[in-house]
Amino acid sequence: MIIPTVHATINGMKVEVPAGTSILDAARRVQINIPTLCKHRDLLPTAACGLCIVKVGGSRKLPRACATALEEGMDITTHDADLTEVRRTTIELILSNHPNACLTCGRNGSCELQTLAGEFGIRQDCIPRYVRDLPQDCTTGSIVMDFTKCIKCGRCVQVCQEMQNVWALSFLERGINTRMAPAGDIQLNESPCVRCGQCSAHCPTGAIIENDETGAVWEALQDPGKHCTVQVAPSVRVALGEAFGYPPGTDLTGKIYTALRRLGFKAVFDTTFSADLTIVEEASEFVQRFAHGKGEIPLITSCCPAWVDYMEKRFSDFIPNFSTAKSPQQMLGVLAKTYFAEKAGLDPATIYQVSIMPCTAKKWELERTDEMRASGHPDVDIALTTRELARMIKQSGVAFDDLPDGKADSILGTYSGAGLIFGSTGGVMEAALRTAFFQVTGKNLEKEAINIRPIRGLAGIREGTLDIEGTEVRVAVAHGLGNVEKLLLKVRRARENGDPPPYHFIEVMACPGGCIGGGGQPYGVTDEIRLQRIKGLFDGDQSMELRFSHENPEIKQVYSDFLDKPLSEKAHRLLHAHYVSRPAYQR
Amino acid sequence: MSAVLPALQNLDPELRSGIIECIEHWKDQEGNLIMILHEIQNRHGFVPREASLLLSGETGVPLARIYEVLTFYHYFRLVAQGKHNITVCNGTACYLKGAGRLLAELESRLGIKDNQTTEDRLIHLETVRCVGCCGLSPVVVVDKKTVGKVFPTDMAGIIEGIRNREEKEEDEE
Repeated sequence: MIIPTVHATINGMKVEVPAGTSILDAARRVQINIPTLCKHRDLLPTAACGLCIVKVGGSRKLPRACATALEEGMDITTHDADLTEVRRTTIELILSNHPNACLTCGRNGSCELQTLAGEFGIRQDCIPRYVRDLPQDCTTGSIVMDFTKCIKCGRCVQVCQEMQNVWALSFLERGINTRMAPAGDIQLNESPCVRCGQCSAHCPTGAIIENDETGAVWEALQDPGKHCTVQVAPSVRVALGEAFGYPPGTDLTGKIYTALRRLGFKAVFDTTFSADLTIVEEASEFVQRFAHGKGEIPLITSCCPAWVDYMEKRFSDFIPNFSTAKSPQQMLGVLAKTYFAEKAGLDPATIYQVSIMPCTAKKWELERTDEMRASGHPDVDIALTTRELARMIKQSGVAFDDLPDGKADSILGTYSGAGLIFGSTGGVMEAALRTAFFQVTGKNLEKEAINIRPIRGLAGIREGTLDIEGTEVRVAVAHGLGNVEKLLLKVRRARENGDPPPYHFIEVMACPGGCIGGGGQPYGVTDEIRLQRIKGLFDGDQSMELRFSHENPEIKQVYSDFLDKPLSEKAHRLLHAHYVSRPAYQR
Repeated sequence: MSAVLPALQNLDPELRSGIIECIEHWKDQEGNLIMILHEIQNRHGFVPREASLLLSGETGVPLARIYEVLTFYHYFRLVAQGKHNITVCNGTACYLKGAGRLLAELESRLGIKDNQTTEDRLIHLETVRCVGCCGLSPVVVVDKKTVGKVFPTDMAGIIEGIRNREEKEEDEE
């Protein structure tokens, strides 16, 4: 299909764009930013905020650039005194329903409304303020909703309903009383919310933020009775830099290790190590099911806690398909308080294990089931998001840019390229297939065959096949919960019709892009940024000698020293978990 | 497919069959959600949460969407109404003739606010935009009966009238 081109002028400059391009996007092509508080590049336009109004020659109307397509011959003005005046008034109106609490707000310095108010030079409250008194919702432990700071842009509802298909948030009431909240007078933890935090990553203001737990971590770090250890997830290293002005995708592993030691952590582990461990356990599970007929096919990955929560609430008939292997966060936690404690001669009760995650749902995973205390203690004590770590580093006075590269501990710290790509959509599948291939054939994939390209990229659902000694393995990858239903319905239909399963192995990550696009990552993510972060991980993988989880020497060591072999009795006790069906609404 | 909420396991069978009946009746018609909700409210006087949960399960319409509709329209009620209803008209004419004072008087005498029901669930108080009797303004509607040209001092009598009728009914029983 050939899309016709339209020609127009924007601020006197000629533009040529495919028909259907919005004025907002067309203006970006000639380096003009039209302000908006509601339109996000991940989302369809809703024309809610009214800031992106423009003039179209020959018309007295002021159409909204986000929701108006550029037409042939249009003469657009995006910025002049009139438009600035209207925009200023709109911002003043929004501010009149917004608390004047910037200094104590979780988005202080990163708020889109604050930024615009600053750019427009608003220096006084021109309109008497009316802010509806509504209590915060802190019930999820992962995110905090402050309804008073909501500007009704609707991004969170779009994200929750359209992008994630979760439907925890809705537009309730109308007019001045409109609020984004769960259906009826219930709290977020009684709703279908899976704590993915995508609402917080898209909110332009401080209305939805991560539950900041840095205070508890500072306290632990200063407690002489606590031996603080830390693990850092694969996807954090290619995103944290954005909070310090680095381009997205810059791999800052070495600086992060040093920064964590400077903060006072006595041992620095890497979740990428335990990603390798998850892969070895999960690939073994896959081979058991696929080659030996022990268990349901397709095997479905379970390392994403938001996805686990979603499945338990919406698709619990897939519980037998779920990998019982714990997520890397939990595997590292339990090994820190058993294997490491033993080796280091430490009382596990004194170890305080912190994880740095791209994710708000990881905070919830810590207490998901009793199995998250397999060491006899909370396996991980606290999970911080990338944004919280950035805040801690800045607060500590460490000049991050100038830090020398450090190393992780040499136990629970070495990783393979396969573990690294765990942080990207498709990465878990690719890493698991590399190891599954080895476990079935006794040989490694070689050279270019190591890169399983059909399942890379950002398409919502990707399918591929891998030939393992003449047997075809059919796999599928989905990311963004909104893409999952289609895939699962296909599997369910085959099961109901008694047909062979359409896939043998399915990977799901709740957030678009996978963990690199997690709800706890630095703000402002778009697909371009997601691709750069993904590239950071895959470049890292490509540049490593060690590209197979099962070849990680520390993984081999932890099995020979401690766990015996994959899926052993001890591995099951420490590294595996179970699932239960739960209602989407508690009431 | 998810675990069933306890509230739905113990759902009143009559309520359940009534809702299923509504859904069957409207299922192939466009815009049926609002018609089904109308019918539920007509039968029960409000839309119970259990009804919405069941409706969501049966039709696949997310509960969030159902509540968006329920809370958008002033017409729908989410809690049981009182046995008796006092509606204060707040249309332009009534507003100018002191509807605000009528409402304040009722609120203070009943100890509730607009759109609330007394604790004994006897009287529900609400306001509407216009009842179409501007010539009689200010107007209150007591259990579908329009009372015009009223003063704040009449409110005590109206409440007492409801309470007296109620006591008489009880005595007769």
